[in-house]
Amino acid sequence: MVLLASLAAAGTPADQQKRFEDELRAAGSPLGGFSAQRGEAFFNATHGSEWSCSSCHTSNPLAAGKHARTAKLIAPLAPAANPERFTDAATVDKWFRRNCNDVLGRLCTAQEKGDVLQYLMSLK
Amino acid sequence: MDNTARRRIFDVTGWIIGLLAGMALLAHDAMADSKRSAPPNAPWRAECGSCHIAYPPQLLPAQTWRQIMAQLDKHFGTDASVDPVAAAEISAYLERYSGSARRTAVLPDGLRITETRWFLHEHDEMPSAVWRLPAVKSAANCAACHTTAEQGDFRERNIRIPR
Repeated sequence: MVLLASLAAAGTPADQQKRFEDELRAAGSPLGGFSAQRGEAFFNATHGSEWSCSSCHTSNPLAAGKHARTAKLIAPLAPAANPERFTDAATVDKWFRRNCNDVLGRLCTAQEKGDVLQYLMSLK
Repeated sequence: MDNTARRRIFDVTGWIIGLLAGMALLAHDAMADSKRSAPPNAPWRAECGSCHIAYPPQLLPAQTWRQIMAQLDKHFGTDASVDPVAAAEISAYLERYSGSARRTAVLPDGLRITETRWFLHEHDEMPSAVWRLPAVKSAANCAACHTTAEQGDFRERNIRIPR
């Protein structure tokens, strides 16, 4: 059952990119593609408050991170280092929602999410 | 029936009553025990265990769990919101196995396990510097000293205080 459920939910990072692209299209936003370079800058920058994405995930997403407050170990974020990442749409949406609220005080746009994922997918 | 026989029956009855009372006490203890070690719950472990260890339900009273679950989007400074289906199941689990209101009473306006009467009492011999060790970082980090906290085991024999 667990295996079936995980197979049913299985997806790839590219599937998530496709969803972000669809989101942009639905919102009538310009489709200029996703940029790993923009994603990297976004990932390492603070956005008006204390934390950046790298505060917990470190500036090397191929390595394990550590929660900035609780010090709990966080498995690597880059799919090359952790094949489970970005395979389940609900999990991806949950963490972007929570973490964007923590880091930016708002939800991320589809463009921002796509750029960040593009960056993470570029890491080998 | 002579007096000796009557006394013997009385003695046997006394024994049986004593035995029954003993069994009732044992059963009561076993129930208290089962309350202490709640069976693991998948959504609880997944959702409550991603940023910190999944704190066992018996560490806080039901009322405090309700308050925590009602403001997950502002959970001690972070957004820890979960989908409504998981939230309902987690709430039911936390409340079902919650701690006794008296023992786990939280200080006024407190929501933290570290602000409960029993926590303060259990840790009153800990020098304050221990909490600030880099390997500990905060009192919320049970596993820094309770090496088997992740498995819900807080027994004294498994405590290793980092230097």
